Amino acid sequence: MIEIKQISKSFAENLVLDNVSYLFERGKTNLIIGESGSGKTTLLRSLIGLNKIDSGQVLFDGRDFHNLKIKDKRKLRQEIGMLFQKGALYDYMTVEENILFPLTMFTNQGNEEKIERVNECLKRVNLTNSNKLLPSELSGGMTKRVSIARAIVMNPKYLLCDEPNSGLDPKTAIIIDNLIQEITIENNITTIVNTHDMNSVMEIGERIAYLYKGKLSWHGTKEELINTKNKELNDFVFASKLFKRLKK
Amino acid sequence: MKKLLQHLGNYLILLNKVFSFPEKRSVFVQQLNIEFKKIGIDSIGIVTIISFFIGAVVSIQTAYNFESPLYPKYLIGFATRESLILEFCPTMLCLILAGKIGSNMASEIGSMRVSEQIDALEIMGVNSATFLILPKIIASLIFFPCLIILSISIGLIGGWVGCQNTGITTASYLYGIKIDFNPFYITYCLIKTTVFAFIISSVSSYFGYYTKGGALEVGTSSTRAVVYSSIIILLFNFLLTDLLLA
Repeated sequence: MIEIKQISKSFAENLVLDNVSYLFERGKTNLIIGESGSGKTTLLRSLIGLNKIDSGQVLFDGRDFHNLKIKDKRKLRQEIGMLFQKGALYDYMTVEENILFPLTMFTNQGNEEKIERVNECLKRVNLTNSNKLLPSELSGGMTKRVSIARAIVMNPKYLLCDEPNSGLDPKTAIIIDNLIQEITIENNITTIVNTHDMNSVMEIGERIAYLYKGKLSWHGTKEELINTKNKELNDFVFASKLFKRLKK
Repeated sequence: MKKLLQHLGNYLILLNKVFSFPEKRSVFVQQLNIEFKKIGIDSIGIVTIISFFIGAVVSIQTAYNFESPLYPKYLIGFATRESLILEFCPTMLCLILAGKIGSNMASEIGSMRVSEQIDALEIMGVNSATFLILPKIIASLIFFPCLIILSISIGLIGGWVGCQNTGITTASYLYGIKIDFNPFYITYCLIKTTVFAFIISSVSSYFGYYTKGGALEVGTSSTRAVVYSSIIILLFNFLLTDLLLA
């Protein structure tokens, strides 16, 4: 599990995260939702030190990330898999080389063993026979799948996903969402998904945290979300006419 | 002034991050080979063409200015050699390479930054600065001197071709490029080249590494990398010449 305690982060005079505390549970898909600019991505990046926090603590199963030595931070990061918004695949590497990269970097496995693991991961994300393709030859959905395969290749304890289905059609988005949830349950890992897609929330949201202007405004399950009295959250969730009609 | 100091501070912090042991030697060697090709092999063509024509033009211009019968003809070879070794090859060619290699480094690292590829490296626990920048610096330090030696050789050949139409015999030209040769000039040329190689690779990588924004900012970083590298090269050219030759 990942616990955050009273995290604050500002950029110059702009306070982006204001005293946020929350517990992301293991074996569940924890969703962070909120409008654009509410601090979701900053929170996710702050968890893993891509943004330096002003105050607070981030505990990975009790290990305070921001107070670890650089060497220990790097070791802890090897336990984290991350799915980036744009995929972040290395342009000059093929699909196979992209997934192989963490294994080559951090394990002493033989070539055959590594390739076997890569194929296993590609099969898990339903993407076989794509080993030799370059990222520029992949569709949006395929890019996300390869990114997931790369994120899980080292058997991470924590999986962080930054808007995993942005730019995808609804059908592919649901497939990606379900894939993330299945991997979370299968491997009993702590998964955090940043999203503002209500389809994702309804599909895989087990524990949901709502950020509003940098503050944790609400948290609960998707069932509780539908009946919430929180005005900002209601405005966010039922923003479309369709959802408003459905609620009525 | 504050901005300049800020750049200097960030540059030194980045260098501190760059100069640490790579996580895996085999992967590092692989990266180094890629950089050898990009920085070294891929630059041979442009270096050869530029050096040949500049050598030819220098010898023709020298011949044109030495029309007086009082000047011995071999001075054309001598002047071509001196100008190539002392200034053209180490300084002018490094300025050209700052444009070719420096902008490429800045845009490559900058694109990786804005497309979150550097963040992905960091998340995996890889020291992105060492992984991306150190091979570029080492490859530059090794290959730039080789390129400059090649440039001097090709420039001298270009000089010989150039002076064919000016009535100077091959024997005079060859005598000129051998006479009164000071080997320290080669040392001076290689010292300058090594310093410039470090400036180009580290300054360009710095601008790429700290790119923020999107495609437009990648272009800006690339331009800045070339401008700053060129200015610093000219500054160090003056300082090194003053230190080593004055």
